[in-house]
Amino acid sequence: MNDGLKKFLLDFYNWVTGNGARTENEDAMTELPPVLPFTMEPDKIQSRFHEKTLQERRKDWINLHGLSVFSILYRSFSIITCVVIVGLLLITVSELPPFGDENNPANNEVIDRYIKLGGNETGAQNIVAGMILDYRAFDTFGESAVLFTGAVSVLMILSAARRKNDEPKNKLHSGFNDRNFLKRAPPIHELKDDDAILRGVASLSIPAIILMGCVVIINGHLTPGGGFSGGAVLSTALILCANAYGFKKVHEFFNERTYIFSSSSALLIYALSKGYSFFTGANHIESGIPIGTIGNIFSAGLILPLNICVGIIVAGTLYGVYALFSEGEI
Amino acid sequence: MLIIEWLLLIFLIVCAVAVSITKNLLNAVIIFMSYSLVMSVIWVLLRSPDLAITEAAVGAGVTSVLFFLALRRIGQMQRDNDKNKKISEASKN
Amino acid sequence: MIAKLLINHYEAVAVILSGIGLANLLLQRNLIKVYLFLAAKGWVSERAAPILLKDGSEWVMDVDKYVNPIPAGLVLTGIVVSVSVTAFALALTLRFYEKYGSLNIDSALSQMTKEQEILEAEAALKVDIGDNIS
Repeated sequence: MNDGLKKFLLDFYNWVTGNGARTENEDAMTELPPVLPFTMEPDKIQSRFHEKTLQERRKDWINLHGLSVFSILYRSFSIITCVVIVGLLLITVSELPPFGDENNPANNEVIDRYIKLGGNETGAQNIVAGMILDYRAFDTFGESAVLFTGAVSVLMILSAARRKNDEPKNKLHSGFNDRNFLKRAPPIHELKDDDAILRGVASLSIPAIILMGCVVIINGHLTPGGGFSGGAVLSTALILCANAYGFKKVHEFFNERTYIFSSSSALLIYALSKGYSFFTGANHIESGIPIGTIGNIFSAGLILPLNICVGIIVAGTLYGVYALFSEGEI
Repeated sequence: MLIIEWLLLIFLIVCAVAVSITKNLLNAVIIFMSYSLVMSVIWVLLRSPDLAITEAAVGAGVTSVLFFLALRRIGQMQRDNDKNKKISEASKN
Repeated sequence: MIAKLLINHYEAVAVILSGIGLANLLLQRNLIKVYLFLAAKGWVSERAAPILLKDGSEWVMDVDKYVNPIPAGLVLTGIVVSVSVTAFALALTLRFYEKYGSLNIDSALSQMTKEQEILEAEAALKVDIGDNIS
């Protein structure tokens, strides 16, 4: 009985995969037409539906219907998943404590300490700036490093095209011709002739923007603002200058060497002044800069130099990414 | 004040849905710029002026300019591809 | 439940926007719209819950009068990081377009599979020729 079972399973397997001989009545098959020696007729017999094996049926069905069914399934499942996730999160939100209440767990003792002792310990009038540059200076360092890394990676991606000069080795990648990537399309700034309105407005507003940027950076510990905001404003001044006066003029004083040198030195200064805490066991080494009275510009210890460093990095990065996108080089 | 907050938040949701529905990429980037501007106003309502300045300078300024530049570069590449195709077809004929 | 949602309206809207961003990521075929949502999703998820009144003044050191400054620091970092991620993603998109000729993910995927098959056929051919020679 086991032999019969095994034979049955073997036959079933052969039937599914199509390896075995077709066991239908071969005697009753219709006669094939005679194959003459010089005719080149291809084998045009299409197997009928009940003669195909399961695997062939499956393949045909997938070829015909697979794409549409898959796309419908994928879309419905993704919509259902998103709705379920949003629903769960909304239920969680409704369990949260009310907005702006004083007994929230988010308003705990840390804030008490920051607000009560923040002014005297850091010397900063702006509590947020004092917090991100003194109490939590390491987070700001990580974020500046992320900015720098982003700019360097964009530099690697978009300006590698100019350094490769060889032909593509594979005919397959003939569309991916590095040499033509940026040389076919002329740089954007050279397409423009003298634009009188733009130059007039730019000549008035660029000094104002640079002045505002510097004020926002330097008064970071007194007024709202700080390194990031001031750096972003400075970068917009540089972008406007590049647009109005041509790219060559800005390239004279802000090229790749300048950017890398300034950003690396600013990051290094930041790291040296705040990064030693790992090695001293989180004990704070007193820097020579005095904290001074609250409300002066030259107060707050290390916050002013660090603001300037962060401002330099942010301004250089944002302008550098703009220049890479439009020109291909900084 | 509550009405203004609700209005701004509903405008935010409408902007977000509109970005995913439009077919023109230029429209999508412009709607994204307005989204950034409304976010900046909301930060002022939540009483953090640091975030408002940073969001206005970065979101409605630099990020949108980067998107416009990328779109322009893609448009130039598309035009060059079409030109190359026409030249190759003309040379075949 | 809905009443509580209406009180915490900032967080509810933040969650809804995150959901829209997720749906876009899964369903959208055009690459640039995905990046628009990744940029927007980043700083929405860090919503603050402040008390009233302003921050920054110096000699009044009473706790009750100030906004919670901690989320402000976190969101600041978040905004800047999202800018740099957007710039990187756009640079990758430009290279992607240069190689595959369109911004549609489906056509790019089909082209990628075709290239993969051709590469495998070539590799198999080289192996055969190598065996015959040696």
